[in-house]
Amino acid sequence: MLRGNLSFDIAHLLAGSLVLLSFMQLYQYRLYALLNVYALHALALAASVGWQAFIQGAPHLYVTAVIALVFKAIIIPTALHRIIVRLGIHREIETVVGVGPTMLLGMGLVALSMVVMLRVTAAADPLAREDLAFALAVVLLGLLMMVTRRNAVSQVVGFMSLENGLVLAATGAKGMPLVVEISVAFSVLIAFIVIGIFLFRIRERFDTVDIQALDRFRGERQ
Amino acid sequence: MIDGLMGVLIIPIVAATLFTLLPRYRLTARLNIVAAFLTFVTASSLFVVEPRSGPYLLVDDLNKVFIVLTTFVGFTTSVFSASYIGHEIENGRLTPASVRFYHAMYQVLMFAMNLALVANNIGLMWVAIEVATLTTVLMVGIYRTHEALEAAWKYFILGSVGIALALFGTILVYMAARPVIGEGIDAMVWSTLVKHASQFDPALLNVAFVFLLLGYGTKVGLAPLHAWLPDAHAEGPTPISAVLSGLLLNVALYALLRFKMLLALNPAAIAPGPLMVIMGLISCLFAAFMLYRRRDIKRMFAYSSIEHMGIIVFAFGMGGVLANFAGLLHMTMHSLTKSAIFFAVGHIAQVKGTQKIADMGGLTVTNPLLGWGLVLGVVAIAGLPPLGIFMSEFLVVSSTFAREPWLAIILALGILVALGGLFLRLNSIAFGAPRGPTAKAEASYVPMFLHLALVFIAGIYMPAPLVKGFENVARLLG
Repeated sequence: MLRGNLSFDIAHLLAGSLVLLSFMQLYQYRLYALLNVYALHALALAASVGWQAFIQGAPHLYVTAVIALVFKAIIIPTALHRIIVRLGIHREIETVVGVGPTMLLGMGLVALSMVVMLRVTAAADPLAREDLAFALAVVLLGLLMMVTRRNAVSQVVGFMSLENGLVLAATGAKGMPLVVEISVAFSVLIAFIVIGIFLFRIRERFDTVDIQALDRFRGERQ
Repeated sequence: MIDGLMGVLIIPIVAATLFTLLPRYRLTARLNIVAAFLTFVTASSLFVVEPRSGPYLLVDDLNKVFIVLTTFVGFTTSVFSASYIGHEIENGRLTPASVRFYHAMYQVLMFAMNLALVANNIGLMWVAIEVATLTTVLMVGIYRTHEALEAAWKYFILGSVGIALALFGTILVYMAARPVIGEGIDAMVWSTLVKHASQFDPALLNVAFVFLLLGYGTKVGLAPLHAWLPDAHAEGPTPISAVLSGLLLNVALYALLRFKMLLALNPAAIAPGPLMVIMGLISCLFAAFMLYRRRDIKRMFAYSSIEHMGIIVFAFGMGGVLANFAGLLHMTMHSLTKSAIFFAVGHIAQVKGTQKIADMGGLTVTNPLLGWGLVLGVVAIAGLPPLGIFMSEFLVVSSTFAREPWLAIILALGILVALGGLFLRLNSIAFGAPRGPTAKAEASYVPMFLHLALVFIAGIYMPAPLVKGFENVARLLG
């Protein structure tokens, strides 16, 4: 029983740290710092998935953990670092909403996900319940990040942390098939986005990666 | 053993591989037609020989209708695409290399849509819809202009958020099924899920449906999640606008309908209908009013697609055999009509060298076939008798009127407002003094008039087997 409690506590800790790191992303002004926090986020995900693989005795989840570690925590942040240096936008992030309101909104979203998920999953086993609640919180915080930021790179970071929440949910759902396939599919998606930023040379085309500048090109306003 | 089910998946994927190897675009354009035609024939064979459903692939009355419609419009669009793309190369808007990529992507898209329709596994279906989204993103951005890249980026981000939410919903459905069915692949298989749906935890299913509605609803283009749709339609190549409007929106809708059936089987879960009715009504009304301020012809018809998807989702949300029947009919008619309109619009934009409505005029005089084709298409899409959409809209409104008169009045208002908006613009495009270049179009009229003829016939006479088939599906949808 002791071991059961311990494994629960560690899983809880790791999933909780994901939510905390999602919060930390919300108030990062600088793109560099944001990318570093994201790398930590992916690291926490890798640890969490690895721990789930261990306690569920599901070896295929280790693949997902390794993907999270290598691809999301190392390759993608490094690539994005390079891109923002190349584009010369490593200074500041503009936020649409200030940090204070964003944090308050974030807290509201976390509370919402706790209320919703804990209430509806009363019958499920406690670990899956808490994981799901945390995962929803991470997903909603990722969405919040995507709406409050204007910069294309930070929107992508928001999307990636949202996706980390989904992987957390998928691994928390015990015995769910296709988790590995889905995490691979998502990695492909993210790789596309990052390549998209770079290859399409959004900066060259639009002179900025500020999404607001893109609005100028809306077909109706010519 | 290859049956019809495998056929609709294998033909497109083989064709896509072949197209990446073949350098000559004229040949690939022809082969594209051949592959699309073969897929259509294979899909039609599903009505004759029904293959056995397995744990991954499934065929039933519901998806047969969708597959045949998808492969048919995929085939006619490939015919249109051949002449459209030829012209784009002459214009210099596309290079032979990007056309090669375009044809391969066209077949990958057909593959992904067919896979989403035949998947017997909610995870597989999700992956297929993601692939379909990615391929269309690539095709929307194919012109590499400011506008095309922005449209592709917007579509990409919103589409990704949509499919992410849909995945969360999918995971929740699995969570609901696991205690009943047990761990593993079985808890994600449609045919198993449907059998045990009544024992699932209703609260979990409710939350799951909200996520699925928001997620796949983004792909259907329901307001307020529609922002990607007009841009993607306006900036991509026109054959892709036709496929997006005519098919991809339907595929996302199909996913939504499957989950709706699941919820309907569980008596304790919320009724999914009202949520769909509300979103459908909002989309219909919103898009109808938005039609009035459009200056770009493809963008205008994109808003018209949102309006019609709103009507269709509304009909399925109302539920009952009659409303479901009307929804199915409307979906079919809308696919045929809207793709016909885009066929016309594609050639018109090529003749005029622009998509701005202000620079077009008097088309019925300068290019009679294209002009009258567009007029016919708009008359059909606006829902005037005796064409097919009039029938289906009449059915939707009248079946609603018997149950919820107020909702029917709001819906009818949306339809009328949209009619006004469409005719206002049609008047300046098709009639009046000719504006802009008046060169003859080297167009392929066959697909457009074939679609319009089908819509016309359906408005007057529906063959009994078709009615019976639709009735079966309508009953299945509950």
